[in-house]
Amino acid sequence: MTTVDLTIAFPEVVLALGAMALLMFGVFDKRNADGSLILYLSAALLAFLGVSEMAGHAGVKTAFNGLFVVDGFASFAKSVILLGASASLLLAREYLMRHKMMQYEYPVLILLATLGMLIMVSAGDLMTLYMGVELQSLALYVIAAFRRDSARSTEAGLKYFVLGAISSGLLLYGASLVYGYTGTTRLSGIAAVVYADGVSIGLTFGLVFLCAGLAFKISAAPFHMWTPDVYEGSPTPVTAFFATAPKAAAGALFARALFDGFGDAVETWRQILVFVSIASMFLGAVAAIGQTNIKRLLAYSSIGHMGFALVGLAAGSKEGAQALLIYLAIYVVMNVGVFAFVICMEKSGRPATRIADLAGLSSTHPNMAVCLAALFLSLAGIPPLVGFFGKYFVFVAAVEAGLIWLAVAGAVASVIGAFYYLRLVKVMYFDEATEELDISLPLTHRLALGGAALVMAFSWLPFINGFGIVEAAEAAAASLLG
Amino acid sequence: MALTAIAFYVFAGVAVASGLMVVTARNPVHSVLWLILAFFSSAGLFVLLGAEFVAMLLIIVYVGAVMVLFLFVVMMLDVDFAELKQGMADYLPMGALIGLILLAELSMVVGVWVFAGAAPEARTAVAPAPEDVHNTAALGRLIYEEYFLLFQLAGMVLFVAMVGAIVLTMRHRVNIKRQDVLTQMYRDRADSVELKDVKPGQGI
Repeated sequence: MTTVDLTIAFPEVVLALGAMALLMFGVFDKRNADGSLILYLSAALLAFLGVSEMAGHAGVKTAFNGLFVVDGFASFAKSVILLGASASLLLAREYLMRHKMMQYEYPVLILLATLGMLIMVSAGDLMTLYMGVELQSLALYVIAAFRRDSARSTEAGLKYFVLGAISSGLLLYGASLVYGYTGTTRLSGIAAVVYADGVSIGLTFGLVFLCAGLAFKISAAPFHMWTPDVYEGSPTPVTAFFATAPKAAAGALFARALFDGFGDAVETWRQILVFVSIASMFLGAVAAIGQTNIKRLLAYSSIGHMGFALVGLAAGSKEGAQALLIYLAIYVVMNVGVFAFVICMEKSGRPATRIADLAGLSSTHPNMAVCLAALFLSLAGIPPLVGFFGKYFVFVAAVEAGLIWLAVAGAVASVIGAFYYLRLVKVMYFDEATEELDISLPLTHRLALGGAALVMAFSWLPFINGFGIVEAAEAAAASLLG
Repeated sequence: MALTAIAFYVFAGVAVASGLMVVTARNPVHSVLWLILAFFSSAGLFVLLGAEFVAMLLIIVYVGAVMVLFLFVVMMLDVDFAELKQGMADYLPMGALIGLILLAELSMVVGVWVFAGAAPEARTAVAPAPEDVHNTAALGRLIYEEYFLLFQLAGMVLFVAMVGAIVLTMRHRVNIKRQDVLTQMYRDRADSVELKDVKPGQGI
């Protein structure tokens, strides 16, 4: 029985064993004092598992007495998470080396955080969900404070830790209410009770608390307060990691908990999600306008983008889940590209993160400016860049679910949000640089930036057809709602 | 029957009262001692419930290990609790108000308490009935079979906590003397003691 269970949870088992083995390697083998080898091995392990998850998964398999579920949805989310984590890990090396923070624990903590995310998207039980969330969050708190000599980094870590603990409390409170009113923590069991007896008011309370806790993890308004400070204070590679894999994991977990546990009560949770997504979209769009720091700006941008992703979830349909997955995948690619550049921004040996530092980039580094402009415009959702298609799928799903005004609100918010992305492009192309930005991208960063920009600019062409992501997401969504 | 009822009320009353004392006692050492009393009373409650194993765990682990550690921390760190409690009066009205609102909302939920029909069955299905199995065996079955995955994941969480604590606090200081047990053990007389032939009346 256990052997079968372990084969079903193959990526998780490999990741857990790999993380422990690499930690041992780092502790006992003194030859790689700088930890680069461990970082490369970790990134290779993540990439290997990510590619192997791409093969997808036919049917639904449960393991460990239903605590753990593997289906097409989990496979899709896992490959996005693993590849995103792998990319952000590779991009971290240069910065960590330059600022003398390169320790072999960094890749190990990333591996463990990723393990938590894989558990999250495969959760078949509220307890598994919670353990996954905690495993992920605990590793994230540590790497947020990774630059322990810097007051801002430790502040970011502490702030994240305290607020994360509160949100875990909310999550657990919700879970205990759900358990109290349904008699089980198993998502399939909850679904059976909801199907048989509907949603009682106590269960609604539990659901609200559960959603609040999850919204915190995905940094959706009104639970977004930690995001700008943590993004700004953490070392930039850590911010890059925060903006990629954990976002995809939290989004997928949200969908997993709501569809698997409360699939027959869409009307009940839809109102929560509609509110959260509208609040996030508008907050992300409006609050980002006044920002001068690019990391803070990207934090507000991520709040806004999570709002758009949740529009798909609010639709509560198969198309909605599909749109959510597509949106998350596109979002991860865009962020990998943008952060490949932001990580390397420097002025006279110190990290430079002001927006004004981008001024004059088009004359000094025209290629980078073009790539970056493509990514910013894609983040803004300007057609025909791929970011537009992410929003398009989400809005179509919302309209088909009868939430026309939600789609209209989303469109308005994305027009407002386009302003600050366009401002970034304007700064790069039309502003004069006072002091030249000191930037040289290593090969991996160049590949990531250029690759992401090319994907965003051209993968909508018919013969590339978005690398088949639409069909893959459709199959994944079908397995979740099937 | 009456005896168990009396025992329950004594244990429960003491637990609640000592719990109150934990938060109100001025001296932190007293707080810890009250907490120990609270644990003992709760252990009594567990015995009444027929969960002897958990009762013993509570005494051995919490009172025996955790509380002693707490005492050490409280005594050694010299935390100024009076300072920590400052500003309490400022926050109390607002906190109490929010607490009251939350209480009112939750009591509305309890007011319309309806069990879903399938809930009681779902709840009993997980664990075997307590009369059928031994306390320890039942716990073991739950932890190591039913919830094996969660047990392992809890281990991973603790592992991350350990790695994190080391990453955030350990410093490799150079130029300090460390104890090297192996060198100490391999040291023999040949390289530490030397016999000098001292001539009388000359010194070395």
